[in-house]
Amino acid sequence: MRIANAQLWVHDQEEALTFYTEKLGFEVRMDVTLPEMGDFRWLTVNPPGQEDMAIVLMAIPGPPMMDETTTQQVEDLMAKGFAGTVFLTTDDCRADYEALKERGVEFTETPEERPYGIDCGFRDPSGNSLRLTEVKLPANV
Amino acid sequence: MAFAPPARHLLRAKDLADARYAEPLEVDDLARAAGLSKAHFSREFRRAFGESPYVYLLTRRLERAAALLRNTDHSVVEICLEVGLQGVGSFTTSFKRMYGVTPTAYRAAAPPASAHARVPACIVRAYARPEHRTFREDNGSGRA
Repeated sequence: MRIANAQLWVHDQEEALTFYTEKLGFEVRMDVTLPEMGDFRWLTVNPPGQEDMAIVLMAIPGPPMMDETTTQQVEDLMAKGFAGTVFLTTDDCRADYEALKERGVEFTETPEERPYGIDCGFRDPSGNSLRLTEVKLPANV
Repeated sequence: MAFAPPARHLLRAKDLADARYAEPLEVDDLARAAGLSKAHFSREFRRAFGESPYVYLLTRRLERAAALLRNTDHSVVEICLEVGLQGVGSFTTSFKRMYGVTPTAYRAAAPPASAHARVPACIVRAYARPEHRTFREDNGSGRA
């Protein structure tokens, strides 16, 4: 068994796409719109070089798939930052932080040394949190 | 393009508290980040997150102070300033109220940093923030 895709709600697929590709540097893996499914758009992105795992940028549906109250609840949870987190790893957290900041990513946590390495945190436009960790475990572990 | 839900602006203010607690940040600054008047902002923030922005900012600072007490050898006065609080007296009072012990006693009771599990920092921050307590709860009901 392997993880293929993991889904993230987004409030606007176009804005999410711009963020994940232009700011974060991800690639579009699939972008398919299905007219027979009410123009449902299957949109997935992945970091360059990691092609066996992607994030699904999923629009929050309305009725009949999701009732209006639930749609509102998901939108609220997402906007409050409680809908999901993506944990990313990198070889150089500080360099990536500088590059992303240069491209206008707003960080919630700047790079800091932790017992497990260096990491920082930011959000996508919908409020989903992303963490970027350079894992450096002590040699004796 | 779909507009972000209103709570997204409140999250921006909450994120500001998390990112810049070390600076002399006040509720006014958080309200500005959310683009709302102070009174309206405080009401909406409490409705979204269940506590006032003042309490959120204070407990964030105390959580960071507790982490510094556990993980560094900085003095209590240094830590107070490092987390954006101005007065050591009120820091000690607030800390004792939330954690049930003074900063010095808290540090003495903490296990060495090497004993900590390697949980991502965001998880530590989210789960270690103390529950807010008011002075009315001080008489005998404080957590030891």
